[in-house]
Amino acid sequence: MSATTTEKPVTGQTVLSLTGINKRFGAVQALTDVHLEVAAGEVVALVGDNGAGKSTLVKVISGVYQPDEGDITFAGRKISVGGPSDAQALGIATVFQDLALCDNLDVVANLFLGQERLLGPVLDEVTMEKEAWRLLRTLSAKIPSVRIPIAGLSGGQRQTVAIARSLVGNPKLVMLDEPTAALGVAQTAEVLNLVERLRETGLGVILISHNMADVQAVADRIVVMRLGRNAAEFRTEETTTEQLVAAITGASDNVVAARASRRAGTTDTTEGAGQ
Amino acid sequence: MSATTDETQSAVAADIADERLIQSQGLGGQARAVWNRLKGGELGMLPVVIGLIVISLVFYSQEPTFLSSKSLVNITLFAAPVGVIALGIVLVLLLGEIDLSVGSVSGFAAASMAVLVANKSQSLIVGMIAGILIGTLIGSVYALLYTRLGVPSFVFSLAGLLGFQGALLYVLGDQGTIVLPTDSGLRQFARERFLSDGAAYVLLAVVVLAYVGSQLLLVRRRKAAGLTPPNLTMVGIKAVLLAGGLGFLTYYLGIDRGWGYLFVLFVALVVVMDLMLRKTTWGRHVYAVGGNEEAARRAGIKVGRIYFSVFAATSTFAALGGILLAGQLTSVSQSSGTTDTNLTAIAAAVIGGTSLFGGRGSAYSALLGIIVLQAIQSGLNLMNVDSSVRFMVTGAVLLLAVAIDSVSRRVRSSSGRG
Ligand SMILES: Nc1ncnc2c1ncn2[C@@H]1O[C@H](COP(=O)(O)OP(=O)(O)OP(=O)(O)O)[C@@H](O)[C@H]1O
Ligand SMILES: [Mg+2]
Repeated sequence: MSATTTEKPVTGQTVLSLTGINKRFGAVQALTDVHLEVAAGEVVALVGDNGAGKSTLVKVISGVYQPDEGDITFAGRKISVGGPSDAQALGIATVFQDLALCDNLDVVANLFLGQERLLGPVLDEVTMEKEAWRLLRTLSAKIPSVRIPIAGLSGGQRQTVAIARSLVGNPKLVMLDEPTAALGVAQTAEVLNLVERLRETGLGVILISHNMADVQAVADRIVVMRLGRNAAEFRTEETTTEQLVAAITGASDNVVAARASRRAGTTDTTEGAGQ
Repeated sequence: MSATTDETQSAVAADIADERLIQSQGLGGQARAVWNRLKGGELGMLPVVIGLIVISLVFYSQEPTFLSSKSLVNITLFAAPVGVIALGIVLVLLLGEIDLSVGSVSGFAAASMAVLVANKSQSLIVGMIAGILIGTLIGSVYALLYTRLGVPSFVFSLAGLLGFQGALLYVLGDQGTIVLPTDSGLRQFARERFLSDGAAYVLLAVVVLAYVGSQLLLVRRRKAAGLTPPNLTMVGIKAVLLAGGLGFLTYYLGIDRGWGYLFVLFVALVVVMDLMLRKTTWGRHVYAVGGNEEAARRAGIKVGRIYFSVFAATSTFAALGGILLAGQLTSVSQSSGTTDTNLTAIAAAVIGGTSLFGGRGSAYSALLGIIVLQAIQSGLNLMNVDSSVRFMVTGAVLLLAVAIDSVSRRVRSSSGRG
């Protein structure tokens, strides 16, 4: 799809800006007055406890859910994302937490789903397969064949395919919802490298992760959500893990902090990295 | 085989580089790959092909005229109209939905055509186009019911089954039966027109050349892209089998009347539908929606449009099938397209190997499935067996097909093929 404009995003310029986003599911107020900004060439980490509303926010941006209230500005224009195809046309690529792959289709078909390469009126399988191998290699993917149905892949392999999917096309904003949860050591490192490469090419990146070490390694800014609200925001270089954990859990006298204080004396800072 | 040892490719082709991939080079490797697929529950068309062979042998042993040229020509002719309806059923099944009303729609469309031509003195073409468009319209309404109101396809098509049977009776009024005149083009097309020998062999040559040509093109493009090309020996073997098989059939059917226009039209529709399903974006999206609708939606596919196109196509095929059936039976009556047509069409698609669970199947299953059912019917007719037995046998075959589908689905999920 070539609906995206070709102009390169200027680093530092705001790509995405959300204000006053509200979203409720029946009796659950999943998002309350959420705001978020992502600039081109910036990696924003979105962290928070289970059920904090991170995935819901991602789905609002990617058009899967419609917000009940609030404005979304993308590349300087106020937009309404009516559906995932709108988001795709705008240049928003998403790796969903539940991956959203078609089990009955092979890897190539899944990678290019919705953005198939064509040769005249027919699918250009050769170009897609070649491109698929290139994308998978950049992620150090360990996938034996791109012609086997997705159902035959391991959890981590599926996750790699889902991540590679977001690189197809020409996105301006990439959202990764817990992309490394199922990945091996080498693949996690590749995904983090990939995130840095995306930043260098001037894309905006939203990264959701429960792994504080990963977050602190790649993010420029860390946005903490709690119970569907913005709880805190940090610049990565000025933040300690304790501060993050305290912001995520919302108190200093919680289990994690208590454990940390019991172990006071050791200056181990990886305590908050647990899920 | 020679292609994989090509000197010009310095590195191993990208698609076979992974060492865990069981290499499938050479003929032995290809055979092993096929065997592994079968063991993994990827049965495809195999059960129905085996079934067809068994059925042929059984009937042949009972009644040798079953495999006579005349009998086979009759099977192809009688299979075609309901086969066209079954082709539509394949499409809805690919989405994991069902259309129970194809029989009624086929009868209603045929009756509308007949009434327009016989009573309103419209030309045949106008009548046929109107009949087909009625089908499209019905399917569009189904699609709206499904996508806008979320009515399950089982329910609205059940309503359609009853409703359009009523509409058939209403349109026919007190006439009961409308007979198409002997010089009706439709009637002649369905019953009396056959490919000449010359035309049949030319068509055959075109098909084989198109296959070989497309494979050679694929070999070139894949080599250029640094991917393993298809095995040339295999391509050659398949081309020879294709030419030999079709050539023999053409010769053998030619002893009697040969390939009927009606059957050629049906096969052409199957081939076109198969190409559309496998080679176009639309087809890819049909499989995607059938496999995981939510994933398809999030990939930016306009899921509603896919449902719309499929429901509309199914009813359109039903209407076309009904009109062809009217031509073949030379008349439209109050019993046109009643339960028998309906269930035969649905059974054909399933017996041909299209999964009831969505996302798996092929246009060719309509062709193979309807041939199996028509062969059973013809065989039992030749043996003078009562139609009660035919229903029971058809029921048993259908049950067997669904059982095979369910079992292969279980095997697939335990062998990592989804
Ligand atoms: N489709 C839905 N219907 C109803 N409630 C929902 C739906 N999706 C999310 N919620 C609710 O919204 C809240 C936020 O869920 P969300 O998935 O955004 O959390 P999260 O921050 O991504 O958590 P996790 O870290 O576990 O992925 C939860 O309370 C959840 O129950
Ligand atoms: Mg989540």
